[in-house]
Amino acid sequence: MANLKTTTTLFFVLFLIAMTSLPSITLCDENLIESTCRKTPNFNLCVQSLKAFPGSASADVRGLGLIMVKVMQSKANDAINKIRELQRSGPSPALTSCASKYNAIVVGDIPEANEAFSKGMPKFAENGANDAANEATFCENGFNGRSPLTQQNNAMRDVAAITAAIARQLL
Amino acid sequence: MANLSPIILLLALFSLIYGNAIASHHVYRNLQTQQSSDSSSNQPYRTAYHFQPPKNWINDPNGPMRYKGLYHLFYQYNPKGSVWGNIVWAHSVSKDLVNWIPLDAAIFPSQPSDINGCWSGSATMLPGGKPVILYTGIDPNNHQVQNLAFPKNLSDPFLREWIKSPKNPLMAPTVANKINSTSFRDPTTAWKGKDGYWRVLIGNKVNSVGRAVLYKSKDFVNWVEAKQPLHSAQGTGMWECPDFFPVLNNGPINVGLDTSVDGDHVRHVLKVSLDDKKHDYYLIGTYDASQDVFTPDNSQPVLRYDYGKYYASKTIFDDGKNRRVLFGWVNESSSQNDDIKKGWSGIHTIPRSIWLHKSGKQLIQWPVQEIENLRVNPVNWPTRLLKGGELLQVNGITAVQADVEISFQVREFQKAEVLKNWADPQILCGMKGAGVKGGIGPFGLLVLASKDLQESTAVFFRIFRYQNKNLVLMCSDQSRSSLNKENDMTPFGTFVDVDPLHENLSLRTLIDHSVVESFGGEGKACITSRVYPTLAINEKAQLYAFNNGTSSVRITRLSAWSMKKANINGN
Repeated sequence: MANLKTTTTLFFVLFLIAMTSLPSITLCDENLIESTCRKTPNFNLCVQSLKAFPGSASADVRGLGLIMVKVMQSKANDAINKIRELQRSGPSPALTSCASKYNAIVVGDIPEANEAFSKGMPKFAENGANDAANEATFCENGFNGRSPLTQQNNAMRDVAAITAAIARQLL
Repeated sequence: MANLSPIILLLALFSLIYGNAIASHHVYRNLQTQQSSDSSSNQPYRTAYHFQPPKNWINDPNGPMRYKGLYHLFYQYNPKGSVWGNIVWAHSVSKDLVNWIPLDAAIFPSQPSDINGCWSGSATMLPGGKPVILYTGIDPNNHQVQNLAFPKNLSDPFLREWIKSPKNPLMAPTVANKINSTSFRDPTTAWKGKDGYWRVLIGNKVNSVGRAVLYKSKDFVNWVEAKQPLHSAQGTGMWECPDFFPVLNNGPINVGLDTSVDGDHVRHVLKVSLDDKKHDYYLIGTYDASQDVFTPDNSQPVLRYDYGKYYASKTIFDDGKNRRVLFGWVNESSSQNDDIKKGWSGIHTIPRSIWLHKSGKQLIQWPVQEIENLRVNPVNWPTRLLKGGELLQVNGITAVQADVEISFQVREFQKAEVLKNWADPQILCGMKGAGVKGGIGPFGLLVLASKDLQESTAVFFRIFRYQNKNLVLMCSDQSRSSLNKENDMTPFGTFVDVDPLHENLSLRTLIDHSVVESFGGEGKACITSRVYPTLAINEKAQLYAFNNGTSSVRITRLSAWSMKKANINGN
């Protein structure tokens, strides 16, 4: 009986401690980042990418999607810069093809995903993000195994896949 | 304004008299029509008789209707590019659902309630033959709201200009009604109950429960949300483009009903586009008009209109021909990069008549009869055996732009492969493509095939024995459709509710450069696909009948026609 009373008191005290140290608003929304990222193909990259952006802590899932589109933009720019650099030393059909594909990402997929997330039509955000991942894969495939853009293509593909998975959560 | 109406009337009459000749010179606001230098060689994928504008992105058909003897079709259109965005309601009219005249955009952002977008909606004919449109607008807060528009001038048969109600939005998500502001769109055609109230559905979801929210109104301006949705379903996600209409129970084929009709002779159909699955599904059931509740028949699984690429579809009652007509959107299976390069994305299917099969178990769809006016140079085969392993070329038609009807008679049922466990038909088609030999089948058509068969799209049947019955699988196999691997070439499939023991297996396929629309079992199973051959284009495309099974089948009928080019949006 004494043990039961002690256990109950202990339990009650612990309960009080837990309740009074309820997560602050920030911690709640970090949980949203984590729970959202858990439903994407790359949890770590997702969390890291989102947390790097100010405002992610208080964003809803749609807002997190919009942030990931910004990340996609940045990865696309990295790839485009690298392509231009490579083209200066030696243009090739594969590089030209990649330039075209990344142009499609920047001119087509990213604006589409932006408008889609903003206005509540997530299927077109998923569309744009999936296409961006595909374009990066096609660019990579164009070199038949000896790609100078592997790092950039992988980065593009990975963040695009995360973005598509976030869109999927809104369908 | 009064001074202008005689002039407008005169212009309208002028346009009518001169018909296509003048109207075809209409251009899109801010756009140019396709350059005449765009020959078929640098645009091999543009269709000859499917609905599409000269360029840019299209998606959902909007507000289709019939007014003063003309069919109107509006559609989601991006005037600025080949991806979804900047959406407006583009507008075309037609006398025959086949040839379309382009007009200026009818609805585009112009008031707060649609300043950020004019999304999908439907037309309703009010008493006195007055059409009105309800559509989803995106407001300054990026919330989805429902707006009303009506024609500026009812005596213009082309209904070129539309005015928006100053009372817009008429239906909106609020704190009070707790409607999710990013999941509230796509108003249907309204129907009138015996109590004189109009009812309309709006697509919605609450978490993952998809819903058809119901609103009622006496005057079409003041709308009140009903206490419960017309129908909802757990775990389905957002319901886009709902459609709700009556069909004749055990009625004559190809006869439709006005959307407001109800009674003992009628069943109701609720259709939704599932955001999550990217497919259009429908349920047949009973509408309790007094409670405004729809109860689907439990006995049937949820069916799809089309087992390929087909979305955002919508029906109208065509009071000219007393039929219900279905319009649907087919997106590209090519990469965005390819779409940007070719400068366009998206087409609509050939409009389909739709009615309830006499069994009451499913809807039948069939391309509208008017499309047959494009048929020329018929090729008819006498009945003949198609042995296992045979490939027969269909000559005498433009294989890239054709309409083919073929019927098969099957006999040697003992040779059918046994299917031990039920499998998803699309997966079955993927595992057992046209190249995989079978017992009975695969047999069917090779369309958009190159002479060396490096490229081909196979539309075929394969018959299984499953639980002591014959099970017919219909596939559209795109996996070898193009040497360009940057296309989505996923095969599609469905089972067809036909017993080949008692009836012939029929297949009709409409081929149009980059679209293949197939109808099995006289419209019981529909599969639409998009393909982008690199070799089998223009005059190089071929058409074959094939049988890659071990048993013979008899071709009881083959009729094929070249299809003339239709006049579509000034193409």
